[in-house]
Amino acid sequence: MGQIVLEQVTKSFGDITVIPPLDLTIEDGEFTVFVGPSGCGKSTLLRLIAGLEDVSSGEIRIDGAPSANTPPAKRGLAMVFQSYALYPHMTVRKNIAFPLRMAGLDRAEQDRRVEQAAAVLNLTDYLDRRPGQLSGGQRQRVAIGRAIVREPAAFLFDEPLSNLDAALRVGMRLEISELHNRLKTTMIYVTHDQVEAMTMADKIVVLRAGHIEQVGSPLELYRAPRNLFVAGFIGSPKMNLIEGAEAAKHDATTIGIRPEHISISDENGLWSGVVGVSEHLGSDTFFHVHQTGLAESITVRADGEVGFKHGDRIHMTPRADMIHRFDDKGLRIA
Amino acid sequence: MSTKASRSAARLMLAPAVILLLGWMLVPLTLTLIFSFQRYLPLRGGFQGWVGFENYVRFVTSSAFWPSVQATVIIVGGVLLITVTLGILLALLLDQPMWGQGMVRILVIAPFFVMPTVSGLVWKNMFMDPNNGLLSHLWRAFGADPIIWLSDASMLSIILIVSWQWLPFATLILLTAIQSLDSEQLEAAEMDGAPVLSRFWHIILPHLSRAITIVILIQTIFLLAIFAEIFVTTQGSFGTRTLTYLIFQRVLESQNVGLGSAGGIYAVILANIFALFLMRIVGKNLDR
Amino acid sequence: MARSVTLQRKSFNTLIAWIIGLLLFFPILWTILTSFKTEAQAIADPPVWFFFDWTLENYRVVQERSNYSRFLWNSIIIAGGSTILGMIIAIPAAWSMAFVPSNRTKDILLWMLSTKMLPAVGVLYPIYLIFIQLGLLDTRIGLTIVLMLINLPIMVWMLYTYFKEIPGEILEAARMDGAGLKEEILYVLTPMAIPGIASTVLLNIILAWNEAFWTLNLTAARAAPLTAFIASYSSPEGLFYAKLSAASTMAIAPILILGWFSQKQLVRGLTFGAVK
Repeated sequence: MGQIVLEQVTKSFGDITVIPPLDLTIEDGEFTVFVGPSGCGKSTLLRLIAGLEDVSSGEIRIDGAPSANTPPAKRGLAMVFQSYALYPHMTVRKNIAFPLRMAGLDRAEQDRRVEQAAAVLNLTDYLDRRPGQLSGGQRQRVAIGRAIVREPAAFLFDEPLSNLDAALRVGMRLEISELHNRLKTTMIYVTHDQVEAMTMADKIVVLRAGHIEQVGSPLELYRAPRNLFVAGFIGSPKMNLIEGAEAAKHDATTIGIRPEHISISDENGLWSGVVGVSEHLGSDTFFHVHQTGLAESITVRADGEVGFKHGDRIHMTPRADMIHRFDDKGLRIA
Repeated sequence: MSTKASRSAARLMLAPAVILLLGWMLVPLTLTLIFSFQRYLPLRGGFQGWVGFENYVRFVTSSAFWPSVQATVIIVGGVLLITVTLGILLALLLDQPMWGQGMVRILVIAPFFVMPTVSGLVWKNMFMDPNNGLLSHLWRAFGADPIIWLSDASMLSIILIVSWQWLPFATLILLTAIQSLDSEQLEAAEMDGAPVLSRFWHIILPHLSRAITIVILIQTIFLLAIFAEIFVTTQGSFGTRTLTYLIFQRVLESQNVGLGSAGGIYAVILANIFALFLMRIVGKNLDR
Repeated sequence: MARSVTLQRKSFNTLIAWIIGLLLFFPILWTILTSFKTEAQAIADPPVWFFFDWTLENYRVVQERSNYSRFLWNSIIIAGGSTILGMIIAIPAAWSMAFVPSNRTKDILLWMLSTKMLPAVGVLYPIYLIFIQLGLLDTRIGLTIVLMLINLPIMVWMLYTYFKEIPGEILEAARMDGAGLKEEILYVLTPMAIPGIASTVLLNIILAWNEAFWTLNLTAARAAPLTAFIASYSSPEGLFYAKLSAASTMAIAPILILGWFSQKQLVRGLTFGAVK
């Protein structure tokens, strides 16, 4: 139904290679997230799958069928764009019905499917408005509605939440996840936000400069980042990376320890330092600790009620089993 | 998203416009250039041989040349001064809250839509006529002798007429530019204690500088070519013979095509100097 | 945030702005008023303002004596024709540059603009000569072509800036939704481009209607549009203010009305998109 296979796919614009040879398999029904810093080629990859760009070499197979000569519309994929790309001159109803109209469905069937999608997305009351009269979240829903009605083999999302404010973003994140649970359709979701990747994905693909750095479930990536890049990218706040003598003690060039795997105390510990800025989130508090002799700053997570102040000297102990070790090439030492 | 097919289709769509404009530019310009090196008098024997740069020399050494340059500079400069200064003031005024803003705007813009021959003749006859013009009535009402506008104050008259036509253009563009000014910037300046006048000098005027430059350049290009306003009023007499008008007279009235063509080439060069500046500004805008 | 302005200040602004507005509009108003007067009232000192015997006589005389409607018809044909012809050429050109840009697009746009800067008087005689050779002098088709050519750069530019504002993602969305090139143009691009096309048409009609270099120099009796007709009043005989006013009013009225509709687009069109 929605298996997508990329085999030795490359993409260059002129002399610039955006995607060096790349292999990837996305299983049917999987929620896959492409994540990476801006310019890592994740959007290009999505557009290659969509057919909006032609591959320079290699092959993309959708449900086993090579797609090289299949135009975007015939690939059975639906895409939700960052800017939503709604048709400003059409009502919400017409926007959602547009792909059905293009497919030549009769009016009754169009109406039925639009009503159904609108009900799912809470858009029923807005069907006769134009996109210009809707809020950002509502526009987003219309864009999703337009994708749903096609009953595609897979959904492609291109940073769909980046134009929404923080509160809406969390809400839409849940809605999209629920949608996936209900439809069980393959979804490919591009984002630069690792929180979105962690919370939504069945499988995360971490990209850098067109290369796949690691593929795995959110917890696999969290527990066993394959290299320093993934270690630094996945998890919030970032993993503390420590080099030098302390790392050598563990037979590694670099060691990493996540803020949530360091315990603190005012009396004793393995490491010590002075509290700089503390960020109180209520449930948690993050301390940025300086003068540790390990790195410029070590971030530690503590309970929300822990009350160290700026300038306090504290002691920290990392959980030994949670120390990640990396060699001189930045690769994980098993 | 451009495939090979769409690129060649695009070239095909662009071709007619490019070919037509290329022809429109190259063919007549080449002919003018050729004529400018000839002694060519269509009514007195036609082509009378090649003369090298003689026409160019004769055009600039003729007694009519420098006065025409002077007239051009005074008219263009005068109109620019009036339209830009009043345009800024008017734009600032129209930006203020008031009743009937839309209507006032329409009143101010209206002169721009009046065809040049109409505005020339209406001003010449109904306002500036020394016997029956409205202005002479006004002068007499105050016991003064009416001014014989188009002969005694010919330059001023032409400048007034042309300024009346172009003030709306300057106002409209500057108003558009003022409205794009971020009001937070002005509020910040107010918080910083800048009084009204210095807010104008240090914030509004710099913000407008690009729009002002554009107004000046575009108007200069159009003003260098004004024709109908002079054609229907003074016919180039009383010192109002501009470069454009002089060339027109050489070519069509005295049918000295060689001489007129040399003048035409001068005009092309002059206009291109301003066009270069304008195009640099517009070009920069394209990159954004 | 706009803050409340004192009533006093607002009244003052209103007063000054209206005075200036009416002053600038006055020549037009006066022309319209005079067109309804008798010739004697038209030159009366002190002037008569509103209380005179309103008459349509001047309009009748202008039409009968100089066959006004013929000039009007010429203006309509020339302005309308050059606009339609220009749009047929400009739309594809602007379209291709906006949606399939190449690295020469910018140069082509600027070059087109530079042709607009060419002083007409510099090419007057060659055009005159070509027109004689081709039998185009004093024909509507000849003038239509010239006006189309001089305004073509503005049309291409204006359309280009409008087309540029249509986001590429929408076209991609349409493609994903199954629209072929035909459907894309028919259902998505055209409806989104229509406001821009309409403004361009409007501005171009205004520019062509008021053009007064080529229309004066390339026409005589047959193809002369209103600009040339009005110019014939520059060597008058006898009392003619009221008739001049009537002819002028008829010549400017349609464009005043069109112009008021197109104020905003005017800025964009005349500054080649540099000020919006």
